Amino acid sequence: MGNFLPSTDAQRREMMDTVGISFVDELYVDIPADLREKAAEAVLAMPKGVSEFEALEQMKHLAKQNRVFDAIFRGAGAYWHHIPAVVSRVAAKEAFVTAYTPYQPEISQGILQTIFEYQTMLCELTGMDAGNASVYDGATAAAESAAMCRERSRTLTLLAAGLNPESIETVKTYSFGADAAYVIVPNKGGRLDLDALKSALNAGVASLILQSPNYYGVIEDVPAIAQLVHAAGAKLVLSMNPTAMALLASPGESGADVAIGDGQPLGIPLSFGGPYLGFMACKKDMVRKLPGRIVGQTTDAAGRRCFVLTLQAREQHIRREKASSNICSNQALCALTAAAYCSAMGPQGLSEVARACYDNAHYLASELSKIKGFALVNPDAPFFHEFLTQAPANANRMLKALEEKGILGGLPVDGGILWCATERNTKAQIDQLVETLKKAVAV
Amino acid sequence: MTLQNDRKYTSSHEWLLDLGNGSYRVGLSDFAQSSLGDIVFIDLPHPGDKITAEASLGDVESVKAVSEVLSPVTGTVIATNEDLSSAPESINADPYGTWLVEVNNVTAFAELMDVSAYETFCANA
Repeated sequence: MGNFLPSTDAQRREMMDTVGISFVDELYVDIPADLREKAAEAVLAMPKGVSEFEALEQMKHLAKQNRVFDAIFRGAGAYWHHIPAVVSRVAAKEAFVTAYTPYQPEISQGILQTIFEYQTMLCELTGMDAGNASVYDGATAAAESAAMCRERSRTLTLLAAGLNPESIETVKTYSFGADAAYVIVPNKGGRLDLDALKSALNAGVASLILQSPNYYGVIEDVPAIAQLVHAAGAKLVLSMNPTAMALLASPGESGADVAIGDGQPLGIPLSFGGPYLGFMACKKDMVRKLPGRIVGQTTDAAGRRCFVLTLQAREQHIRREKASSNICSNQALCALTAAAYCSAMGPQGLSEVARACYDNAHYLASELSKIKGFALVNPDAPFFHEFLTQAPANANRMLKALEEKGILGGLPVDGGILWCATERNTKAQIDQLVETLKKAVAV
Repeated sequence: MTLQNDRKYTSSHEWLLDLGNGSYRVGLSDFAQSSLGDIVFIDLPHPGDKITAEASLGDVESVKAVSEVLSPVTGTVIATNEDLSSAPESINADPYGTWLVEVNNVTAFAELMDVSAYETFCANA
């Protein structure tokens, strides 16, 4: 395949003369010699370039090693949904695929308008006043929300034990860098322990980051938690699956100050883990603290409706070391995909998907719990489309039996197996899963 | 540029007005507001917060930039000017009538200038 040559030998010579070096390698003298040697060996060991045809063959060979399941009963942060054909069609338009970061509004109205529409639909879904143009993923959104809520005398972040483990890990990493503290509030009976929350709340708490439905599928008592958190003067960040928002009370309706989550269920393919998008939206009084890009609507010199990046004052290129966020990018194409999905589905379509998820998951739960060893861990806890069953002693063999039938079973986690059903998990699929498990149990 | 001789000034262009009962008001000078340009947002501490002389007590965002407001005193915030959240531009319109915070329990001061020293300071700025 062709090489990309950004500069000629003569241009390189000129640049080297300007900075006063004779060889390019002199630029790397600060890197320890042993590392430079290793890097040089790695470069020498690289295979020679191949033709486009050969490269495609190699990619196909690699792709064949992927295991694609016919039915997926696993969620835990990434969900198997139907994506209407129009969504991929819109997202694949080359003007969107290749759009550069919209710093110049005069040449970027198309991509700016898609982001503005994404933000608008996000606000309708979350019940919030303002949304940003997205961050990398749900875990990044959690970490950014912790930073967003910190104030001079309130720096402690409380993390609900039911928050996605990846979000907890990412908050930890950001907290280390920001020299900020966090405390994990434990669960009791599958939901946040309200007594533990009460004793954790004090005048130094900036926010509680809560997930509902939580990682184990259980719907938390968000209004009661919001009341406790607000009484202590802290903010409530609610991480929520966007599909669930179409059926359950939205973050805004439940009293959250900030709504976050992973937007993958909104038309983004599973794609082995990414790219997805993290969404963030907040109430009006926190707009100035909302990190990342925000696209606003305005009028140009001729009075025409147009769109621009706005409210960037807290960003690192203006605030330097005082910036409360260092995220200077977004998942524009994934946000556009989510906007296309929401448009294609409409409020009615989204509600129908949510209802089907709920119904299928509840049918799955009732059938699974009839099988020996798969009792529900929290039988009285309300859930949306994910739930925890006990793991029988031979759980791995059970999951293997499912894999042989092209079915990806639940995820083994601490305390059991985490199952999920969406609108794609039809009754026939669920019955097949249950039958396969029953046979495996009988062996 | 206008000045008021009832108050003291810092080299970072905040003013400090002694209210006479142990409490003080803090604001931005006319020089500060005219250098910043149109002010669109101001982030202030909360009543009860402790602030420290020469350390940031909040920040002010104009159409041009974001700048720190440095505290002229060490003390406790007893009130913030709530009107600023909806009308930050009142600092531009009336810098000496628009205060940011009220402070008491004052235990230390930043280096302060009287009106003539501050006038000279601004002339050389």
